[in-house]
Amino acid sequence: MTSAETIREITRKHLKENNGVALGQCLTAVGWVGGTVPEMTVEEGIVELAMADVSGGGIAVGYALAGRRPIYIVRYQGFQWFNAAHIANYAAKSKELWGIPCPLFVRSIGMDGGMGPVASGSHHGMFERMPGVFIVAPMTSGEYRKAWDFFMEHDSPMYVSEHRTSFKIDYEMEDVVHPNADVTLYPISSTRLNAIAAAQELAKEGIAVNIVHLFWLKPFLADERILGPLESSRHGGLIIDGDFENGVAKCIGFDIMRQSSKKIDVLCLEERTAGFAPHLDNLPPTPERIMKKVKELMTRA
Amino acid sequence: MASTLRVYNKHKTYHRFVSRAGFVKKLDNRIFRCIMCVMRSQDFGQISRLSESFSEDENLEVFRRICFIRYFELKVKEASDKKLIKAPIYLSVGQESVAAALSMVYQQPKIFGQHRCHDVYLAYGGDPVALRDELLHRPTGCAGGMGGSASIHSPKIGMVGHDGLLGTQVPIAVGYALGKDSKEKILSIMGDAALEEDYVMAATAFAAFKKAPILFICLDNNLSVLTEVKVRRHWTATDLAKAFKMSAVEITDDPWLIMRHTAELQQNLPALLNIHVVRHLWHNGTGCDGPPEWDRFQMVKEELARIGLKEKSENIEKKTEEEVALIWQPEFK
Repeated sequence: MTSAETIREITRKHLKENNGVALGQCLTAVGWVGGTVPEMTVEEGIVELAMADVSGGGIAVGYALAGRRPIYIVRYQGFQWFNAAHIANYAAKSKELWGIPCPLFVRSIGMDGGMGPVASGSHHGMFERMPGVFIVAPMTSGEYRKAWDFFMEHDSPMYVSEHRTSFKIDYEMEDVVHPNADVTLYPISSTRLNAIAAAQELAKEGIAVNIVHLFWLKPFLADERILGPLESSRHGGLIIDGDFENGVAKCIGFDIMRQSSKKIDVLCLEERTAGFAPHLDNLPPTPERIMKKVKELMTRA
Repeated sequence: MASTLRVYNKHKTYHRFVSRAGFVKKLDNRIFRCIMCVMRSQDFGQISRLSESFSEDENLEVFRRICFIRYFELKVKEASDKKLIKAPIYLSVGQESVAAALSMVYQQPKIFGQHRCHDVYLAYGGDPVALRDELLHRPTGCAGGMGGSASIHSPKIGMVGHDGLLGTQVPIAVGYALGKDSKEKILSIMGDAALEEDYVMAATAFAAFKKAPILFICLDNNLSVLTEVKVRRHWTATDLAKAFKMSAVEITDDPWLIMRHTAELQQNLPALLNIHVVRHLWHNGTGCDGPPEWDRFQMVKEELARIGLKEKSENIEKKTEEEVALIWQPEFK
């Protein structure tokens, strides 16, 4: 089962069995959001919102207060600059302020490049600074189910940083850990695919890298799965993200470093605005950039 | 322009007042400015002898609620002036009649209030001791001390907390209304500044489109902090509502007028009621910029006296003042 099929089935079940609701803009347009939205009707719980991003977020919060556990679908993560307002300032605070939970499942969909300065890339870093929101970045069906189950068992808002490249993935991604690796990679979202490709190329050159997939971003728990491979890596670790580095990557890097004896570096989008022309785009770290960075870490160490 | 001049002359008394307040400096402003100015008055939309169409009990009860809010807020002012309250406060002095009248007619709604909402909380039966404690930063406050003046709530009366940002309660109210399966009535209260928030407009339009059962109240005091409506926009709340094909009425803050229109509008929700009110004290805090444009509290007392309820209303006022004083007495020892 692909991730897209899993998302679609979770949504269908939520609408049919839980009196759930899925809201967003252009949900029923071509493709039903990459095949992730079930072809259901308004009466069955699909709510087409007006093209008003800021109020859309507020309306989703209202549905949450009404007990509908809404799935709020934002088709491009860049749109969160508008949509985030009510989620970050109301839903995230409601439980602490008034003891009233406001659980909503924010599906925020990223893509790599091709959209210039408009709306591409991942933007989970936007929510990193706000207390009261869980952040996950699932890429596989199993991870998506874990995120959903956690959401349904708790009453906090959850920001789900999705990526369009995950929709076709029909396998799970296991960590790769070597006894004496050179570097440990901590890739997030779509960069996990590039990290795997980079590791395979590096292995041909005799460089062993661990891959510890980061799916749960906030709250971040630096447990043995995270710290163990790093401690046995000669040249520390590298967090790789499709968002800018001054967000989740540096926060997680700090958390890991504080609990280990090794250094952590980050490799993310370049610190610049993307352009539409292909040569001006700003893409998540490619396998080549990851390989270069790994070698740089090894040299520097 | 000639017709505008006629309207202007008709309301020249009001114009003299607002000119002093800096509301309108010259008549050669655009026509819309004059029209907007004319609309704002203590008797805008007023219906003569309307109070007589309500029962004595109703007239006295709405007055009791007005008194309760007024005297409670004056005690909050006193507590703030004595530094017992250290956080920002947003007082409802001057606009008591709106919440009092709404609570008489629009009963048991889910309430989505704004930052200035002590009046609504009290009118709808919120625990005054819990509000007092909230303002005094205590864990026994209605929001456990977390909310302060701007973010009060009360599940008991169906009042949803507000996060303090201008107008956020409107889209949230719309989502709640659409998300609820029941026919629960919703009350969404905003100010004339919040109405200008883009997300408020969009959410109001969506409510109209989806026929959400919401009564939108715009407490129009003509001010955003101290910036007047005329320098912020050239349209009215009713213009906006009508563009969205939603029922809307613009009136002054006469409680009988509010009860009359609310009773009608709630039959055809969503609807918007823009009510001209006067904020007697500052946007935030207890300061005062001078005599208010009008004093509805006094006008209500005069109207009650006119219909033969002078003595009874005076007794109510005295009793209510004492009741509120008892609530605050331990704090002023």
